[in-house]
Amino acid sequence: MSMIASVISAAFDVDKIREDFPVLKQRIHGKPLVYLDSAATAQKPFAVIDAIRKFHEVDCANIHRGVHELSQRSTAAYEETRIKAKRFLNARAKNELIFVRGTTEGINLVASSWGRKNVKAGDEIVISTLEHHSNIVPWQMLCEEKGARLRVIPVDDRGELLLEEYEKLLGPRTRMVAVGHVSNALGTINPVRQIVEMAHRAGALALIDGAQAAPHMKIDVQALDADFYAFSGHKVIGPTGIGILYGKAKLLNAMPPYQGGGDMIKSVTFEKTIYADLPYKFEAGTPNIAGGIGLGAAFDYITSIGLDKIAAYEHELLVYGTEALSRIPGLRIIGTAREKAAVLSFVIDGIHPHDIGTVLDRQGIAVRTGHHCAQPVMDRFGVPATTRASLAFYNTFAEIDALAAGLAKVKEIFS
Amino acid sequence: MVDDLYQEIIIDHSKRPRNCHAMADANRKAEGYNPLCGDELKLYIKIENDIVKDVSWVGTGCAISTASASLMTESVKGKSRQEALKLLEKFHEQLTTDTPVTQELGKLVVFCGVRDYPARVKCATLAWHTLKSALTNSGEPVVSTE
Repeated sequence: MSMIASVISAAFDVDKIREDFPVLKQRIHGKPLVYLDSAATAQKPFAVIDAIRKFHEVDCANIHRGVHELSQRSTAAYEETRIKAKRFLNARAKNELIFVRGTTEGINLVASSWGRKNVKAGDEIVISTLEHHSNIVPWQMLCEEKGARLRVIPVDDRGELLLEEYEKLLGPRTRMVAVGHVSNALGTINPVRQIVEMAHRAGALALIDGAQAAPHMKIDVQALDADFYAFSGHKVIGPTGIGILYGKAKLLNAMPPYQGGGDMIKSVTFEKTIYADLPYKFEAGTPNIAGGIGLGAAFDYITSIGLDKIAAYEHELLVYGTEALSRIPGLRIIGTAREKAAVLSFVIDGIHPHDIGTVLDRQGIAVRTGHHCAQPVMDRFGVPATTRASLAFYNTFAEIDALAAGLAKVKEIFS
Repeated sequence: MVDDLYQEIIIDHSKRPRNCHAMADANRKAEGYNPLCGDELKLYIKIENDIVKDVSWVGTGCAISTASASLMTESVKGKSRQEALKLLEKFHEQLTTDTPVTQELGKLVVFCGVRDYPARVKCATLAWHTLKSALTNSGEPVVSTE
């Protein structure tokens, strides 16, 4: 460990943090669990588990409609999360935060509601090679329906977007630029401020898929000037089935509802329904109340540690992990962007990722293998799949040593 | 332990797969694909008088699926269509149920370790599903283990 790494890690009490995550205490196949799959979903601290439990045990009621005590408590707790989300993203107003099931639904909401109203035949939507399928398919579906065209920003061999190529894609027909803040498959941190600015100069809107960024860095949607920003609760140590879509109020106000139902109306007659104001216009039906409350606890937990500290610690883990893996003969790291989140995606000569994943699992090490829902990225780098170790602030340097030892065992079996 | 899965014979066949080439004069062909892993294989069979005279394959996949394709081709060569289909049934049963391991499978018994790895059963059965498609001409030119 370098001097700087040891200084940061000394200031960052990871042992204490790990005490808060019960799942990490178990053994898998007789070995201590080494959880290196946080880009798929992050583990949950007691604070989140307890908040969900308290809702079900003490406060359980539907929100927004009861006058009784429990309904008021659950409404207050759920709406409190919206205010926390506003702070988490530095949005202007709390009505710019829409509760959704996750990033995927957030993107689909925009593609469906904004897209159907504003995209016409011959228009263009720009995405990038690095996108997760959830930021490809909704736009593809929209383009197919409208006769619009999907354009794709290419990447270089490091996995960085080619901005000069992006510039060439922009034009009077560009309506929307939808890119990920951080690549889930490679870890590349994209220069989203610049990407948004370039989109705006071309007269287009910009949506940022923040699924992989929200858990790892401070996000300021006003500084980014993003028109839409979506992320999932479960990747920021919250529960599954809840997420946030941020949108600028003037855009959201002009968009038609995404789904119809209860809670999204002011009044209903068979002749005419008057829709609710923001954010409820986009929140039809009883939402994931427990999830929303759990997400609030997740925001609190992350904020209490501090995203700046989390980002600094995770960066040291990444540097340490990159060095450790680079020492393994025949191993090639896919994705070597200069600005990178703590994702280590790699291939080993002659050994299939699924075999690597199985052998690591038997040593208690959880990694993701496959195409990571980003097949175009795999195609770009000419590999069918990779093994991906993705790190979070509860991981340790010792766990990276365990990964390196696990890979030595993999090589021993398949040598 | 993981060595139960990656037995020597599996490692050997994954590194040096047998019958791994295309066949110009095949009279049965089928393709198999596992969308979850990206594994894919093309199977070529020459059937004469209902006997599998020759069988070969090309494809990409993990050690388990590669070794399975390799050993499958060795096992069915020379068998009648019915015998091959019966072996397939037995193989599938041994990998996916709790029936006691029998020696009827011959060296294919090495794949029984897959039982403890539910996520990997598909890898071991892809070649066999493709074989079934080729032998029965079930009408689906591409089979999927999903």
